[in-house]
Parts: sequence; C-alpha cells; structure tokens
Amino acid sequence: MTGNHQTLALLLFSAFIAVTLGITTWVSRNRHGSEEEFYAGGRLFSPMENGFAISGDYLSAASFLGVTGIIALFGYDGLLYVVGFFVAWLMVLFLVAELVRNCGRFTLADVVAARMSERPVRIAAGTSSVTVSVLYLVAQMVGAGSLVSLLLGGTSPAARAWTVIGVGALMVIYVSMGGMRATTWIQIVKAVLMMSGTIALTVLTLVRFHGNLNHLLLTAAARSGHGAAFLAPGLKYGGDWTARFDFISLGLALVLGTAGLPHILSRFYTVPTARAARRSVVWSIGLIGAFYLMTIILGFAAAAVVGPDALRKSNEAGNTAVPLLALDLGGGADSTGGTVLFAIVAAVAFATILAVVAGITLASSASVAHDLYASLRRPNAKPRSEVAVARVAAVGIGVAAIGLGLVARNLNVAFLVGLAFAVAASANLPVLLYSLFWRGFTTRGAVWAVYGGLIPALALVLLSPVVSGSPESLFPGVDFQFFPLQNPGLVSIPLGFLAGWLGTVTSTEVPDEAKHAETEVRALTGAGAV
Amino acid sequence: MQSSNGRSRGGGSGHESPAENHEGHDLTPAEATGKVRYHDPWYDALASGWGETDGTGGPAPEVPAARREDADHAVRAGDVYLEVQRSAAFQEVRGRYLRFVVPATVVFFTWYVAYVVTATTAPGFMARPVAGAVNVGMVAGLGQFLTTFLLTWAYARHARLRRDRAALELRWDTQELTRGIRGGTS
Repeated sequence: MTGNHQTLALLLFSAFIAVTLGITTWVSRNRHGSEEEFYAGGRLFSPMENGFAISGDYLSAASFLGVTGIIALFGYDGLLYVVGFFVAWLMVLFLVAELVRNCGRFTLADVVAARMSERPVRIAAGTSSVTVSVLYLVAQMVGAGSLVSLLLGGTSPAARAWTVIGVGALMVIYVSMGGMRATTWIQIVKAVLMMSGTIALTVLTLVRFHGNLNHLLLTAAARSGHGAAFLAPGLKYGGDWTARFDFISLGLALVLGTAGLPHILSRFYTVPTARAARRSVVWSIGLIGAFYLMTIILGFAAAAVVGPDALRKSNEAGNTAVPLLALDLGGGADSTGGTVLFAIVAAVAFATILAVVAGITLASSASVAHDLYASLRRPNAKPRSEVAVARVAAVGIGVAAIGLGLVARNLNVAFLVGLAFAVAASANLPVLLYSLFWRGFTTRGAVWAVYGGLIPALALVLLSPVVSGSPESLFPGVDFQFFPLQNPGLVSIPLGFLAGWLGTVTSTEVPDEAKHAETEVRALTGAGAV
Repeated sequence: MQSSNGRSRGGGSGHESPAENHEGHDLTPAEATGKVRYHDPWYDALASGWGETDGTGGPAPEVPAARREDADHAVRAGDVYLEVQRSAAFQEVRGRYLRFVVPATVVFFTWYVAYVVTATTAPGFMARPVAGAVNVGMVAGLGQFLTTFLLTWAYARHARLRRDRAALELRWDTQELTRGIRGGTS
C-alpha cells in the first residue's frame, strides 16, 4: 500500500473528525444541560433519523470488515454468522422497543425498577449494563488500533497505542460535550457514509460480474481452493463437536443479546412515542438487512476477485477484505480509482469505530450516573446534577477503555463482542422480559435474574479456552481451563432465566398487583410515558 | 431539533404542540396539557411523567425525587391502573398484541435455532445443490432474511391497524383518570 492511499485516507479521517467535532460544538452551543437533553437528545428525533442512528450504532467495524473477511475466507459460515445479528432485531421489534419506550425514561433499569424495590434492582441492572458496555468498548478500541495501523500500513506499536488514545479522547469529547444529540447526529452521518460506500462497492461488484450472482459464487468457490465446500457450512464452525456447540452458543447469544444491549435500548428514548420507536426499528431493520445482504455479496466478491492468498497475506483474519476489494474494483493498486475507493473504505471504517464507541460510552455513562450514582450516593450528600455526574462518568469510562485497550492491544480479543452479546442476553434480557410480562415477578427475582446471568457468563469465560490452556489464549502459559466453549451463552442464558424464576418463587414478597397493572397499562398504551 | 416542528401530522393540533416543551419553555403545568385537544390520534404528544409525579413536561427534576411520590396519591393512581387493566378495552389491546407477538416470536426463534442447528450438525444436507451454485444452505440463509423482512412488515401493519388507535384512546383515558386524582395538587 503506497503513500497515496495513506495521505488520502488520513485526509478523509481528518475531514470526518472535523465534521463530527463541528456537529458536537454546534449541538452543545445552546444546550440546557437537562437529563432529557443529555441522555435522550430531547426525545424529538424522527423515526427515520433514529432508524439511521440505530443502524449506525449497531453496525460496528466487526460487521463492515470482520463479516466480509469471514465470508471471504470461510464462505458460507460467514453468512451463518451474520444471520444471527440480523434476526435478533425481530426480538427487539416484537418484545422490547415499544414497551421499553413507554415504561422507561433513560435506561434499562428504569423499566425494571418501576415495579420493584428500586435500589437493589437499579444497582444490579446498572452493573450489568456497564459490564456489557465495557466489554463491547474494549473490543472496539483494540479493533480500532489494529485496524487503523492495518489500513495505513504502519504497524508500529506506537501508532497503535496513539490510535487507541486518539479514538478514546474523541469519543469522550463527543459524549461529554454533546450528549445524545451530538452522538445521534454522528451515528446518522456515519450510517449514511457506510451505506453509500457499501452500495457503491456492491454496484461495482455487480458490474464486474455482469449482474450474474451465480457466476460470482462459482468464481469465489473455485478461487477459494475449497470448491463446493466453500458454499456450504462447516469451514469455520464445523469440525469437532466443541466447535459446533460453540457456534450454537454464539448464535443464541447474538439473537437474544441484541435486545439487551444498553446502547440500543437507550436509542428508543430519543423518539417521542412508542409508535415512533416501532417505526425507527422498522427503518433500522430495513437498513441493517440491506447492509448485511450487500456484505454477503462483497464477501464472496473479495474471495472471487482478490483471492484468499492475498487476503491472508494482508491480514490473517481477513479484516482487509473490503479495502482490498475496493482497491481492485477501483482499477488496481496504482490507479486513481483504486486509491480513492481504498481511502474511502478506510475512512468509513474509522468513522464506524468512532460512532460506535461514542454510542456505547454514552449508554454506559447513563447507567453510571442515572442508576449507580443515584442509588449509591450517600443520602445526605449534597445532590449534584445528574448530567454533571454523567459527563464525569463519560470521561472515566473513556479513560478506563483507553487503559484496557492499551493493555489488551496485542491480545486476541475477537471473543469480546460475542461475550458482550452473551452477557446482555443472560443478564439483561431475562430481567427485562420478566418485568414486562410476568405478573408475579418480584424484587428478589429481578436481582437474581441479573446476577444469575452475569456471574455465570463471566465465570465461564474465565474458565474457558479463551483465557487459559490453549495457544491462542490470553494467558497461554497457565491452564485453568474447565469449560470447553468460548462463548458462555448456551449455559448462562438459561441460567439467567432460571435464576429469575427461582428468586421469584422463593421470595416471600407478595408481588404488587397495582404496580404490575401500572407497568402493563403503561407498556401497552403509553399512558404517562415521558 | 429542526425536524421536530414538522412532526405533528394533520391540522388543528399543531398550534399548541406540547412537543416543544423540551425545547425551551421550562414549565408546562399539567393544566396546559389538559387543555390540549386531541383531534389527531397520531399526535405525538409528550405526556406528563410517571402518572402521579409532578406532571410537568419540562426538564425532569432530580431522579429520586421524581419517583418519591405521595403515598396516598400513589395508592389511588394504582387503583386507576388496576381499573384500566381490568377493563375490556385494555384486555382487547393486550390480547391482540400477545396473540400476534407470542406465535410470531415462537416461529422466528424456532426457525432460527433450527437453521443454526442444522447448519452445524448436518452440513451435508445444507450443501445439497438446488440450482447452479445455490444450495439448500443458501436458500435457508436468504430465507432467514426474507422471513425477517416479512415478519417486520406484518408486525408493523398489525400494530398500525389493530392496536394503535385503541391503545391511544386508552392512553388518554388513563391520563385523564390519573390527572383527576392528582388534580388538586398540581
């Protein structure tokens, strides 16, 4: 990769940073500093705007670069992986979006705490939300470091470290200065850039193959060296039964975890009504579905046009499949078209990371300030403005994420995204569904549901091969591996539901009929919604 | 947010949109929301806070304070919700919602799990060719996309035609009832 790519890519990066900082300043120019403003952006976004913002929040670099890379190297198994990310939205649409919008104010804990004893529930739900966010955030930060150095060709450790620090500093500025309003506009800009880039590449691919997808698939299969096996499952997630169960576990975590991701839930509060929340999910399903369908085409195109050898040479995990495909589709390494397309793809990937980390940081700062701080501060302490606490929390989370990102920058953290989804599915989803739909659910049930999913999920990962006992582990030198799967979802999600049930049936507390009636009426009609 | 002003569809209700409350006017007493006429059922009003709370649409007060409501009012507001919950109209809305969502969730979840389990345990079946380069696995994978789009469309249509209007009427009725209880204080 020559200097031209880098200069142009850096130029586009800087343009994106300038635009987003401009948005942040413009938005914070007349901010009121109210909670409504900071956490929910004033709640007046339109469904279309929020739909774009949701897809911007959800489609991380793992979707843009990672999924295409997996498809390019392993064929069908990449498609299998991506289906879980997409189908999960039905869960959000059917069971979560409207009801959460109607019942809550800013966070997941609002929904649960409304009909329970507030303090323990808020602390539990706040803790699990922050845990999910931090796991996801570290994955994105480490990804940013390796990605930028990959795209710019400089793989020096210093460049990686500075990228992590730079991304962290920018996200802290966006979030603490601009709150939800700035973050939302950044997501929208990023989603538009990403969709345009993907559409352009897909059109170029279709032109290259004269619109013949069958020919594209056959070329990809022939070039991959696997033949017909490339178009069938098994190359990545096949093999021994441990690997197969591992994928089933991951699939379960993906399809159930999306509905428990704090940064997705907080997006529903940015629109005025439940109906608007539903329409924004419909928008985002359309956008995300279209995006993933194009990703599948691009993945197979990368296998057919670039070939697996060149992909592996550039990056073992295939993360450079889309940029290399762009280079080729634009006319090759030394052409202007190739240079421009490559730089655009690199800039879109960078914008993706910045937007996603900003969204997660905002959601976790809301959990810290609105749930944890509000419940844990000494009752007689001087009350501070919650927004001020949230801004400080955003800085703290940013610093923690930078620190963890630097510590983990040379580790294999690919499992973290799957783990974040697994924790969201085991700790957040059971408590959310129980409190929305179960008349007899009690405070103890709620607390048990959260910790009963959170603790097993984290403990099983500590005992799994991703931490110790295999050459790819975080600590290859020691071996305290006990649980064979990399993703704990298969065990921890049922445990979360079970713990919630067990806590409820063993508690002596009589469920409050009136509170349940209030939650149900509010959830389904929107009465008294904020 | 510039787009906000154009939101309220239909004529007649735009002129006193409480949706602008958060934009600047710090105080919108509950009485003001009470006067709003609901000509347009899709009028996206921002209603008052958690029922028996202070009822202002302006910047929310400190969170713990907002939820610490007068016990007496809470009890009576709770009765309103119980009453609404037991009403036939609410049971109808609830029934319509659950009768769509429960089967649809079971169907999509089973179909997804079946797809993932088949792909991991029976790759040979998935590799069976259908036409050209397309095999059973490709058809199933694209089928997942297709069913997701279809179910999304069906749900949105069902909610729009069968639930929204009834839910909105219940919403206003409930708010009227809770406001009646709170009336003396705010």
